[in-house]
Amino acid sequence: MITMRYLPHTPEQIQQMLTVAGADSLESLFSGIPEECRRLQEMNLPEALSEWALNRHMDALSAGLAVSPEYKIFIGAGRYDHHIPATVSSLKSRSEFLTAYTPYQPEISQGTLQAIYEYQTLAARLMGVDVVTASHYDGATALSESLLMAIRKTRRKRVVLSSLIHPYYRRVAQTYLEPAGFEIIELPFLENGLTDLSLLEGAVDIAAVALQSPNFFGCIEDLKAGGQKAHEIGALFIVGFTEALAYGLLKSPGSQGADIVFGEGQSLGIPIAFGGPGLGMLGCTPEHTRNLPGRLVGKAKDMDGKNGFVLTLATREQHIRREKATSNICSNNSHCALTAAMYMASLGKSGFCDLAILNHDKAAYLCRGLSGAGFKMPFQGTFFNEFVVEFPEELETLYQRLLEKKIVAGLPLSAFYPELSHHYLLCVTETASREDMDALIREVTPCMNP
Amino acid sequence: MKDINELKFPENVRYTRDHEWARLEGNIVIAGISDYAQDQLGDVVYVELPRIQDRFENGEVFGTVESVKAVSELFMPIAGEIVAINAELSDMPDVVNSDPYGAGWMIHIKPSDPAFMETLMTREAYLDMLKG
Amino acid sequence: MHEPLGASGLILNERLLWEKGRKGRSGFSMPESDVPSSPLPPDLVGDGPDFPDLSEVDVVRHYTRLSTWNFGVDTGLYPLGSCTMKYNPKTNERQAGLSGFSNSHPLLPESLCQGALRLMADLERFLAEITGMDAVSLQPAAGAHGELAGMLVIHAWFKQKGDSRSKIIIPDTAHGTNPASAALCGYSPVPVSSSAEGILSPEAIAAVMDEETAGIMVTNPNTLGLFENHLKAISEIVHAKGGLVYADGANMNAVMGIADMGRIGVDVLHLNLHKTFSTPHGGGGPGAGPVCVKKHLEPFLPVPRIIQKDTGQYALSEDFPESIGKLLTFHGHFGVLVRAYSYILSMGAEGLKKASQLAVLNANYLKEQLKDTFHLAYDRPCMHECVFSDRYQQAYNVTTLDIAKRLMDYGYHPPTIYFPLVVHGALMMEPTETESKEDLDQYIDALKKIAEEAKETPDVLRAAPTRCKVRRLDETAAARKPCLAG
Repeated sequence: MITMRYLPHTPEQIQQMLTVAGADSLESLFSGIPEECRRLQEMNLPEALSEWALNRHMDALSAGLAVSPEYKIFIGAGRYDHHIPATVSSLKSRSEFLTAYTPYQPEISQGTLQAIYEYQTLAARLMGVDVVTASHYDGATALSESLLMAIRKTRRKRVVLSSLIHPYYRRVAQTYLEPAGFEIIELPFLENGLTDLSLLEGAVDIAAVALQSPNFFGCIEDLKAGGQKAHEIGALFIVGFTEALAYGLLKSPGSQGADIVFGEGQSLGIPIAFGGPGLGMLGCTPEHTRNLPGRLVGKAKDMDGKNGFVLTLATREQHIRREKATSNICSNNSHCALTAAMYMASLGKSGFCDLAILNHDKAAYLCRGLSGAGFKMPFQGTFFNEFVVEFPEELETLYQRLLEKKIVAGLPLSAFYPELSHHYLLCVTETASREDMDALIREVTPCMNP
Repeated sequence: MKDINELKFPENVRYTRDHEWARLEGNIVIAGISDYAQDQLGDVVYVELPRIQDRFENGEVFGTVESVKAVSELFMPIAGEIVAINAELSDMPDVVNSDPYGAGWMIHIKPSDPAFMETLMTREAYLDMLKG
Repeated sequence: MHEPLGASGLILNERLLWEKGRKGRSGFSMPESDVPSSPLPPDLVGDGPDFPDLSEVDVVRHYTRLSTWNFGVDTGLYPLGSCTMKYNPKTNERQAGLSGFSNSHPLLPESLCQGALRLMADLERFLAEITGMDAVSLQPAAGAHGELAGMLVIHAWFKQKGDSRSKIIIPDTAHGTNPASAALCGYSPVPVSSSAEGILSPEAIAAVMDEETAGIMVTNPNTLGLFENHLKAISEIVHAKGGLVYADGANMNAVMGIADMGRIGVDVLHLNLHKTFSTPHGGGGPGAGPVCVKKHLEPFLPVPRIIQKDTGQYALSEDFPESIGKLLTFHGHFGVLVRAYSYILSMGAEGLKKASQLAVLNANYLKEQLKDTFHLAYDRPCMHECVFSDRYQQAYNVTTLDIAKRLMDYGYHPPTIYFPLVVHGALMMEPTETESKEDLDQYIDALKKIAEEAKETPDVLRAAPTRCKVRRLDETAAARKPCLAG
C-alpha cells in the first residue's frame, strides 16, 4: 500500500507502540471482537485515488452541473444565487474556525464564541427579535422547532400553517409533528396570492399560527393582520422567510408582531451547493428565551474581570436534559452562521439595503417585461425578488428547448400546487443582468403567439 | 459539596423523598427545596415556577430548578392549588442557595387535604434517608 | 529536552463588530444597477437592519484576530472522546469548492445535475458497504438528525404492522441525543446498565425486553470505548420479541473494515460524517448524519431518494409511499457529502481499515502509558478511545475540570470531560489515527507533568488556564443574567 499522507505512523513506530500496548499485531488489537460480529470480506470500495487522480475525477463530475454564469437559472424557491465576496470565502476557510470543535471549552474558543455572539446579534437585528439561537440545520427545521416551542409553551396540540409557506418546509414540519400526535391545519390562499386568514376566526386549541413573508409565491403577507388574529385566539404568532435578504427592504417580522421568527439564512454568503448545508435561523421575544432549542452564546466575565463569551442556558440541551431536552439538536450549522455574520459585516446596513433594493428592481424589471410581452401575472401583490408567471401550455415544450440553450425559465409550480398548472415561480437576484432578462423575455415570447 | 453534618435541616418543616421541604402556616403550605438539594445542584441560575391557580396532584411536577450544569424537576409535596409564587426568584435565583428555607421559598399551596402533611418525613426521617 | 508545546505570544484584542465601523463604509463590491428603480409602496418598506458599516479591511482584521483565539485540529491534538477529531484533508475543501458542486441549485432538472446525483448515489453505496447495511439516506443534517430519522423509521415500521410500542431500551452510557431523539417520536426510555465489564449483557436486556418495547438504541463501540461483544445475542433477544436494533454509529472510526453491523443484527444505524469521515467540525457544525438500514426498513427512508433509471440516468424520486417523509428542505448537507466522498476515494478500503487499526493502536498506547498516572475506568483493551477519571487526584482536591483546564496551558484541547455519566469525573480520550507517536508522547508527557502539579502545586491547576485569551469564565452569572445579543 502506498503511504497514506494522513497516517503518520512508520512501521518501526507501529512496532514500538504495539509492544507498549501489549499486542503482537494490529489485527490482534481486535481479537476481542467475536467472529460473528466481523466482516467476512474486505470492503468493496474503489481503489484509493492519488490527490491528482481525485482532482481529475471530481473535475469531471462537477463539470456537467449547470451553474451560473454559463447557465441563466431563474430559480429561487428556498435557495438563492447571490454574489459571495472573496473575503467571506477566504475568512471562513481559516482553519482555526473550520477545524475547531463546538466551543464547550470557552477559554480556547473565544474566536468562535465572539463570532457567533455577533451573528446572534446581527440576526436578531435583521429579524426584529431580541434573541436568536446559534443556528439550526435549515429554515424547515427551524420552523419545526418553533412550532414545538409554541406547543410546549401553550400546552395546546394544534398548529395552523399557511399553505404559502414553502411546501418542503410544511412537509418537514409534518414529519416532526405527526409522530408526537400534534395536528397541523393549513390555511388556503386567496386569488391575490396571499394567505386566507378567515379560518382563524373562532378556532380553538391553537398553539401557533405561522406565515411566511415573502411567501412561496414571492408575495408580501399582511403580517399585522395575521398577528392580531393569532393573538385573539391565544396562539403564538410565528413568521418565517426563505430569503433573508428581503429584510434589507421590508419591515422585519419582529416589528410586525411575531413572537417567534424562523427562516433560512443561505442567502447570507452561503453557497447554493445543491441544497445544503444551509442556515436555520430562529429567534424570539424575551419571554420565550428559555424555551428556545439549540445552542446560545452569552456574555461572561472571567476570573480577572475580562470580557468573554460562553455557551449558556445549556440546561435546555440534550447533553444535560436528555429525553426532556427542548430539542435533540447537538451539532448545528455553526460554520454557516459564521459565514453569514461575515457576509452581514461585509455588506453593512448600507450595502444590505442597497442590495435588497437592487434585487427587487431587477425582479420588477423582468416582471414588467414579461407582462409587457403579454404574459399573465396571477398575483397582483407586491413581491421582493420572486414572482409567479402564468405561461401558456406551449411553454412546456419550449422550456425543454430552453434548457438546451442554457436557460432555466423558472420553477414549474404544478408539482407543489396541482391547481396551478402552467404557473412558474421566477427568481431574479443581483446576479442576473439586463441582457439575461431580455434574452429570457425574447426566448419565451414566441409561445405567446404560437 | 458539603458533608451532611454541615447542612441545615430545620425542625419546623417536613421533608419529601425528592428533597423538597413543606411547612403548614395557617391553611397554606409553603414549599421549597432542602439545603441538601441546593448544595447538590450548585449555584442556582433559574427557577421555573407554575402559574397561580394551577392545580397539581401530590408528587406531580410543578416546576424546575436549574444550575449551570443540571436541571431538577420540582415535585408537589402535597396535592393542591398554587396560590402564590416567589417572584423574587426570577431576579435573584441565588437566594435558593443562600436561604433555602426562608427567602428561597418557591410556592404557596392551598392543600386539598392539610392532614396529608402528617405523612411527610420529619427532620429525623429525612436525615436517616440522606445517610442511607 | 523539548520546549513544552503551550507557549504564549502576542494575540490581539478585538472589539465587537458594532463597536467598529463608520456609516458609509462598505466591505462589498455593489454591482451597478442596469435596470430602472421600482420603489415599493412606503407602508411595506422598513428601515433595514441595524448592521455596522465596515470596510473590507475592518472585516478581514476582525475575523483574522478572532481566529487567533481559537484552537483547531490544524493547531494541535484534540483528543475529544467520541468526537473523532481527525485531520480534515485540504483536498476535500478543493473538491467542495468546485463551481459545479458549490453553485448548483437543488431544484435543477435532472439532466442538468447528474454529477451531483451520481456522487450521492456512489456515497450511499460506499456507506452501505462500510457498515454492512443495505440502503442509505444522506438527508439527515447531523448525527442527532440521523437518530431522529432512525427512530421515525422504526416508528413507521411498527405503525405499518398495527403495532404501537411506546418504549425503547437505552443504555446508561448513551449519548444525550439518544433519549432526546427517542422522545421526539413519543418513545419513553427504558434505562439499562452496563455490566461491570463496561458492556451490555444479554441477561440485562432480556430482563426488560417485551412486546411493549420497540427495541434498543445501542452505541457500538460504546461510549466507554469498548466493543459490545454480546451485541449479536442482544439483537436476537430484541428481534425475538418483535423489536428492532438501532445502532448509534458515532464510534465507527474504530471498526471500519473489521466489524459488520449488518451481520451483528443491527436494523438501522446512523453515521457521523464529521467524525469518522473527516469532514470539518466548523466550530459546531455543519455535519451530516446519514441513516443506513436493512432491506426490510428501506421503504421507510426519507424522500427524495436517488434512483437510477434504465437509461443509466440518476433521478430523485418521491415514489416511496411508506417513507417517513422529509426531514430537511433539500437533499442533505451536500457540501459535507462532497468532502466525505472525497475522503473515502482518497483512502480506499485498505486505507480506511488502516485508519481504524491505527486509531485503536493510538488509544491503547495512550491507555497503557497513562494508566499509572490517572485512574483507568476499565483496565482492559479498548477500541479507539479510553476513559480515565480524577479518582487519584481527588486526594489533592483536584478535579477532572482542573486537569482539563491546565491541559490548555500545555497546548492541547482537553479531552471530553464528565461523559459518559457512568464514570464519575470521566476524562475520555480519543486520539484518532492522524496523530503521530511523537505527538502522543508529548501529550503523555504533558499529562504526567500535570499529575505532578496536582500533587505538588494544585493551586496552579485550579487557576488554569492562564495562557489563553481569557481565564475561567463565570458561567453561573452568564446563565443567571443571560446577555445573548449586543
